[in-house]
Amino acid sequence: MLLTDDQKMLQETAASFLAEEGAISRQLRRWRDTECEDGFGHELWKQFAELGLTGICIPESHGGMGLGATEAALVLEEIGRNLTPSPFLTTAVAAARAIEDTGHADRWYPAILAGEAVLALAVDEGPRHGPERSALEARRQGNGFILNGAKQFVVHGASAGMIITAARTAGSPGEKDGLTLFAVPKDCRGLEVENVVLVDSSKAARLTFEDVQLDADAVIGEVDGGWTRLARALNAGRAGSAAELVGVASGASSMTLDYLRQRRQFGKLIGEFQALQHRAAHLYGEIEIARAAALKAAELLDSGDEKAALYVSVAKAKAADIANLAVREGVQMHGGIGMTDEHDIGLFMKREAVLGELFGDVYYHRNRVAELSGY
Amino acid sequence: MTDPDAFRSEVREWLEANCPPEMRQPIRSEADICWGGRNWTFQSDAQRRWLEVMAERGWTVPDWPKDYGGGGLASAEARVLKDEMQRIGARPPLTSFGISMLGPALLKFGTEEQKKHYLPQIARGEIRWCQGYSEPGAGSDLAGLQTKAEDKGDHWLVNGQKVWTSYADRADWIFCLVRTSTESKQGGISFLLFDMATPGVSTKPILLISGSSPFCETFFDDVKVPKDQIVGEVNKGWDVAKYLLGHEREMIAGMGLGTAGASVTLGTVVKPADPLLRAEIAAFDVDALAFSAMSERFAAMWKAGEAHPASPSMMKYAGTELNKRRNELAMAAGGSDALEWESERSRGGSTARTWLRSKGNSIEGGTSEIQLNIVAKHILRLPGA
Repeated sequence: MLLTDDQKMLQETAASFLAEEGAISRQLRRWRDTECEDGFGHELWKQFAELGLTGICIPESHGGMGLGATEAALVLEEIGRNLTPSPFLTTAVAAARAIEDTGHADRWYPAILAGEAVLALAVDEGPRHGPERSALEARRQGNGFILNGAKQFVVHGASAGMIITAARTAGSPGEKDGLTLFAVPKDCRGLEVENVVLVDSSKAARLTFEDVQLDADAVIGEVDGGWTRLARALNAGRAGSAAELVGVASGASSMTLDYLRQRRQFGKLIGEFQALQHRAAHLYGEIEIARAAALKAAELLDSGDEKAALYVSVAKAKAADIANLAVREGVQMHGGIGMTDEHDIGLFMKREAVLGELFGDVYYHRNRVAELSGY
Repeated sequence: MTDPDAFRSEVREWLEANCPPEMRQPIRSEADICWGGRNWTFQSDAQRRWLEVMAERGWTVPDWPKDYGGGGLASAEARVLKDEMQRIGARPPLTSFGISMLGPALLKFGTEEQKKHYLPQIARGEIRWCQGYSEPGAGSDLAGLQTKAEDKGDHWLVNGQKVWTSYADRADWIFCLVRTSTESKQGGISFLLFDMATPGVSTKPILLISGSSPFCETFFDDVKVPKDQIVGEVNKGWDVAKYLLGHEREMIAGMGLGTAGASVTLGTVVKPADPLLRAEIAAFDVDALAFSAMSERFAAMWKAGEAHPASPSMMKYAGTELNKRRNELAMAAGGSDALEWESERSRGGSTARTWLRSKGNSIEGGTSEIQLNIVAKHILRLPGA
């Protein structure tokens, strides 16, 4: 449960890089206010690559760092703290997992390592997460497949060179069997991409597939047996988003604590009031607990422990719950200034809302904890 | 440290050979917990044997030095022992305030003579200790305590009253905060050790809402205490007291994980059928599992010196509030069964009694509000806290 020296070093590198280059004023506000179509900076993505960060989850045999969920979590906490928009979570963590040990890895890993490629994951078809409910149809035709259906909440979908799409090749929605993952290249005929701006100014696409034709080699992994691979990618994404949420909570909380230490009312610093002190102290403890849960989930994923799936859901549910508390307390304790667009605290609230939903919200994961615990 | 795998298999074999099967059953009631002491009546031969063999190896206090009756294990080794005991469901051979509270304080503040004298007795379960901290007028404001110890040349003369003294009526000795100076509030407190059989000491159990009497009022009427039974310097007892409170809070925080040997999650035990209750219990289980990850991380950080000195307050607050919530939900899940106070099927009202007892968790050892004050002041450094 303690970080190794190498991990601490990585954490420090990520912390100083993101506090400097990934700061709100340099990234989030800049891309938001210039109405950038990607919602993130390609230059920054290159810098991620130069530091080796894009290769954290890519095996050494492919030129990556060959590390795991724990190291990804350390970087993601810093991303969360600075609200840095980047394709790191979806591309370098979730998608990198989805294509590992396939020909698609040979095709895409070099471009991820170079900070050139952005990949997306198309799973959800309704407003709530439910990967096994995927209904998008992939019908066999000749040597290939024809895809029909729709996806939504595809993070960076309009910026991605390739979209990993969960489609149904057998069975019915609700069943885990019968799903297949496809590598869908951008600009393919019949694929309509609507680039949607979300509440936090990030971009997630709505996709419509109308007779999209794919070759057999577009299949990632096994036909009909894509569930295990999809679950692995989603769990990596969930553990990662939990870590990012811890960062969001931590960033919002330290901004709020700073405010409590400088804002005066009734002739006192407002941080002197016990009503606020107790809420701040409660929040502090909860963030520590959420961080411990996120690290535990990452550690279990890295060691291939059978309890990993349970802890991934614990981590995602806890981190989303606590990040939500942190941003609500943040805006409330800032008073009127917290309601203004000019102040950054509101940006944390917006980011939390999106990250909380991504890969399953609090309720989805509480339910999963209950199911995995046998009740 | 020795080869971890070799150590693990050695521990596993030894436990297999030495832990009696009866001591691998879940703890069902207070009587299953071995507290030791002069007046202890063992529940079974197995309980006695288990204490003896573990004390022999120093494994009642695995990480204390061997010279003081401990096992001399490095923290990673102690962790292995704990894991292996958990794996077979072994009960702790000995539970005591000597182990969880006084011992760590003596290791830090005691003289060599004191360590050699008191620690092995604790490790072997020979002396049962109680804690004389709170007074009728000094609860959350503990440093306001008034029990007085006068320097009479060759002894201290102690007069006053303590309250909420856990198991004072069953304890052999007491570690006690006394006022040795009125010139400064915190700087006038000393830390004394004395035998509860000393003339002038009397105890009176307090009946709690749970129907049990784990706490007493303790009275001192001209109690003579030998001069060398002070820990740390005169008027410097507050440092010892605070250090010990850190350990007490750490221990109480462990309650967030449920009873030793029982499940951390509640849903697995009560299998809630009602969908709304299931949702609440699932929310609780997320928090309980997250807290168990925190406990693991906290223990590792604390041992490695990476934890903030005030972090036991955060753990105590979170753990006790969680335990109260667990008990509220256990009552809800139990329905009218859980209301039975005296019946066989309710094992003497154990759900209700445990629920009521849990309300004290966020009061004893410093209230939740005091823990939040400490976090606000020492960790968050908020102004005026």
